[in-house]
Amino acid sequence: MIIQGLAFYLFSLVAVVSAVMVISARNPVHSVLFLILTFFNAAGLFVLSGAEFLAMILVIVYVGAVAVMFLFVVMMLDINFAELRQGFLRYLPIGGLVGFILLAELLVILGGWTLAPEAAATAAAPVQASVSNTHALGQILYTRYLYLFQVAGMILLIAMVGAIVLTLRRRQGVRRQSISEQVARDPKACIEIRKIPTGRGI
Amino acid sequence: MFEIGLSHYLTVAAILFAIGIFGIFLNRKNIIVILMSVELMLLAVNINFVSFATALNDLVGQVFAMFVLTVAAAEAAIGLAILVIYFRNRGTIAVEDINLMKG
Repeated sequence: MIIQGLAFYLFSLVAVVSAVMVISARNPVHSVLFLILTFFNAAGLFVLSGAEFLAMILVIVYVGAVAVMFLFVVMMLDINFAELRQGFLRYLPIGGLVGFILLAELLVILGGWTLAPEAAATAAAPVQASVSNTHALGQILYTRYLYLFQVAGMILLIAMVGAIVLTLRRRQGVRRQSISEQVARDPKACIEIRKIPTGRGI
Repeated sequence: MFEIGLSHYLTVAAILFAIGIFGIFLNRKNIIVILMSVELMLLAVNINFVSFATALNDLVGQVFAMFVLTVAAAEAAIGLAILVIYFRNRGTIAVEDINLMKG
């Protein structure tokens, strides 16, 4: 139990500190790297609370895809970040005030949260100790939540199509291979046969 | 102190959520950091879902957290694509000028 508690405090402390670094780092590349650290530690918290599959999804999808995509965009665009940091201190008091009020309210509401003893009996899909987390999640996801799962896939497909359509551009002056144009070419239109009399030239 | 309960997880999630809000206020001009702050807030929501799922011994919370992950990934992809074309058109990502787009 003590090891569990220590691990919880370690993970949550590193997650919170690196989250603060995400919003306050001078260089956005450092922000992205701290975001990755936050996600790793959140995955540790997920493992501690028994959601192993979600923890692995968090590491694979967030660290492997989303954070790397952020890193790509930060490095690809040539942005003057010093200019973007103007007004950082101007917004500090109001932002701090709003964040502090929200945090205080959330802590007052959630910090003293206790579940009613009969609440656990109303669980829609109780966790069985005999099957692993991934197995149980698959059993419920592919049966009861099949339609929602399909809709999630559609959302990802639409996001992919949208991102490609938004960023695709046809540059002028670049010669591309067009298969249909090549196949449609006609020898009569391309080749001209001329009879050249001897000794005259064209 | 070492007995970790529901309220400990909720506290961590609340702190992460407040940091996300704070980041949006702090980096008013840098939309990349704003998107990262939104990701932090979604992460806090996911921590809430998972900890409630554990406390209630119910798997549905974890299923819902997975859908939240899906939508967050789609949102990040679309947001970054819009950011890239905005940068291509204007040469900057200062979000204060975005209202120039209104037709």
